[in-house]
Amino acid sequence: MSSKGKVASSVAGERINSELFTLTYGALVRHLLLDLESPEEVNKQLDRMGQNIGVRLVDDFLAKTNTTRCRNFKEAVKTIADTGFKMFLGIDAKVTQIGDKECKMVLNDNPLIDFVELPEKLEPLSYCNLLCGVIRGALEQVSMKVEVLISKDPLKGDERFELHMKLLEYINEEYPFADD
Amino acid sequence: MVCYNMYIFNRDGVCLHYQEWSRPKHVKDGAGTLVDDAKMMFGLLFSLKNVCTAIDPTREVKRPLGAPTPHGEGCSFRSFTTDCYKLHYLDSPSGIKIVLNTSTDLGNLEKHMWQIYSNLYCEYVVKNPLYTVGEPFECEQFVQNLNKLIKSLG
Repeated sequence: MSSKGKVASSVAGERINSELFTLTYGALVRHLLLDLESPEEVNKQLDRMGQNIGVRLVDDFLAKTNTTRCRNFKEAVKTIADTGFKMFLGIDAKVTQIGDKECKMVLNDNPLIDFVELPEKLEPLSYCNLLCGVIRGALEQVSMKVEVLISKDPLKGDERFELHMKLLEYINEEYPFADD
Repeated sequence: MVCYNMYIFNRDGVCLHYQEWSRPKHVKDGAGTLVDDAKMMFGLLFSLKNVCTAIDPTREVKRPLGAPTPHGEGCSFRSFTTDCYKLHYLDSPSGIKIVLNTSTDLGNLEKHMWQIYSNLYCEYVVKNPLYTVGEPFECEQFVQNLNKLIKSLG
């Protein structure tokens, strides 16, 4: 899995060169850094962009995998780790800790950071924050409000890339119109 | 075989798309306007699901009728037939609801409903970068391919 120039594969076929993908993402982050001066702002923006991707991606995911409903947070987390990451990034993710409301997920490999070194002055930058947004957006569409943080980041000296997810609440189905 | 009309809603009750092939009884003679018509349809789906859930004999956790249900719980129905028409229904886990009204002689359309969701809605609408999620759409490619699919039913 570690050879450069591998392809990001998806369950239903289309593949793109992962280097192209990695560099495109890099260009995006760079551009945001230029546009929005502070790394914290960039983190926020990446998260927002990720969310927008997530709310679309979830339909694609459901359509391609024929997933029926995940009844709870645990099931949803497992689905993301087992199928989601594999399908969209071509990588394996492993759930290392799981509870009813919190979990930790380790990515064995993260193509987004293949060529990246974080300079010291950009210490607060959470380079892969887009991923957090994607997961948050996708789960929001299937009625789970979650908080996702990068808890371990190889760019900051950790060995593995780890995501920490926390369930805030299940969203209830409500009748959206006022009775007239 | 006749297909009358189709609605696509999101979970907030927004009618994302409405398509009509044949509607002998005009909207004006029913709900009045298309907006009210869509609202009525959404209300029907919503209440029917609630009632279905309330009388579900299989689940141990019982919720009183009208109690807030977390998304994904409850019983979703797939179709119902009246004396005059048949309503086919797909409720995706992401809250997209597709309704297709046809004449009563059509059989099980679950596969086709799924195709409308996965091959048409996801491909032509959701993946269109210029489409804002949650807003109504009029997408030519979607409509063309939908018409093809509907034709293939007959």
